[in-house]
Amino acid sequence: MGVKNVTHKSRWIERFYIPAILSGLKITLKHMFQKKYTVQYPEEKWPVPPGHRGAIRLNKDEEGRVKCVACEMCATACPAKCISMEAGVAPWDDREKYPVWFKIDMLRCILCGMCEEACPEDAIQLTEIYDFSTYTRADLIWEKERLLKNYDITVDGKYFDRSREETGL
Amino acid sequence: MEQAGYAFVDILIVLAKVIVVIGINLLMVMILTLGERRIAGFIQDRYGPNRVGPQGMLQPVADGVKFFFKEEVIPSKAEKVIYVLAPALVLGPALLTFAVIPFGGPLSVVGKEIQLQIAELNVGILYIFALLSLSVYGLVLGGWASNSKYPLMGGLRSAAQMVSYEISMGLAVIGIIMITGSLRLSDVVMHQNELLFGFLPHWNIFLQPLGFIIFIVAAYAETNRVPFDLPEAEPELVGGYHTEYSSMKFASFMMGEYIALITSSALMTTLYFGGWDFPYVDESSLGIWGVLLSIIAFAVKTGFFLFLYLWVRWTLPRFRYDQLMGLGWKVMIPLALFNIIITGVVMSLL
Ligand code: SF4
Ligand code: SF4
Repeated sequence: MGVKNVTHKSRWIERFYIPAILSGLKITLKHMFQKKYTVQYPEEKWPVPPGHRGAIRLNKDEEGRVKCVACEMCATACPAKCISMEAGVAPWDDREKYPVWFKIDMLRCILCGMCEEACPEDAIQLTEIYDFSTYTRADLIWEKERLLKNYDITVDGKYFDRSREETGL
Repeated sequence: MEQAGYAFVDILIVLAKVIVVIGINLLMVMILTLGERRIAGFIQDRYGPNRVGPQGMLQPVADGVKFFFKEEVIPSKAEKVIYVLAPALVLGPALLTFAVIPFGGPLSVVGKEIQLQIAELNVGILYIFALLSLSVYGLVLGGWASNSKYPLMGGLRSAAQMVSYEISMGLAVIGIIMITGSLRLSDVVMHQNELLFGFLPHWNIFLQPLGFIIFIVAAYAETNRVPFDLPEAEPELVGGYHTEYSSMKFASFMMGEYIALITSSALMTTLYFGGWDFPYVDESSLGIWGVLLSIIAFAVKTGFFLFLYLWVRWTLPRFRYDQLMGLGWKVMIPLALFNIIITGVVMSLL
């Protein structure tokens, strides 16, 4: 069989082990003063690569109105059945309906992105936010306001530059 | 009346020394538990615990509180009395050992000379060896009384390891006793207080380099530290002799281990690095500042050896059990005997 016998003939100095131990100690000492790789979460956050599917946002149009037209395509497409809304007559002339309330149960959402695929208006999108843990389950049922706020803090692509106070997360 | 007054003051002084030394020892244990983890972090390119308090400084306090509130589990098949006694058997001797180590130069207050050493024993070195071998009982009994296989293995290993390395440790120290001509630790320190050939500090490390290497290796084995931490080798023995211990009993084992670290570092300082001697300075001519300087010198040297313990732990891999025994019996003991012969020959020639 392909067994290769590797023999190492130690020089006499190596047989004292002490030089080897000292060079080992030198290596660890060097590492002690090296740059640390730890990301100090929550103060520092690891920026996710583009395309990351994180928390959901509801987009706004140029005039700052919610883009969604309450067509319920996303709710239909959602495999976890976590989107619910109530459609009402839009107060604006350029569309017929808008969501009176819009709710996503983030406890059930599996962050699959099907809602984003289904939406005809590009109104719902997944963002790079991954640090949205809360202390209560109720805080993870997101209303329209919260989803629109997610848009505000991620629209310029600078979410990871923002401080905790600024994002309110 | 006069006599009684003096005796009372003497007792007070001793008490104060005891309290200060134990207090500092326990404080150092806290610092070591944190230091161990921070240094492990730094060596592995991370930060280690830095959340509790500034720079993680209060982490030991948090750990202590946690230990107090943990559930105390005593295995139902355990030998109760011995099981409970074992942690104390480790902690007690560990705390007692420091008593004979001089941690500073003699201090004179209002014409009274105070030795900065709890007990000025004329057999100090023997006393330390006696206590070092006592602490092995705690480990063995703890391992046996748990009535479980991993602790038993750990206990047996620690017994075998400590017994075999104690021999080479003792033989290494004989070299020192030969040069000093005394078993009293303060004499050992005093003997190292001058200069060698006019420029080197008269430290035993320069006279007994081989003895020091043997001593430090044996000390690492005695304190069950990496690379000789076989009694608690995690991959094979879960936790070793303290696998079945929880809560404060486990903490006592840990404290005992760390105090043993402190004591053996202090011992290395005292035996080989001049104890409280600050090189090139005559402490006795500086009065109170000299005493302070000597305490600082002692603390810095001991601190370095403590750091070395932690540093080595995260550098070297663990020995295999047969390698450990082979090293102990076939290398260390002959080397230690050789050291004694060399010392004797050189002494008789000079
Ligand atoms: S990401 Fe998936 S699970 Fe979450 S709301 Fe959209 S469709 Fe539903
Ligand atoms: S699919 Fe888009 S437009 Fe339709 S309800 Fe969902 S978010 Fe609104």
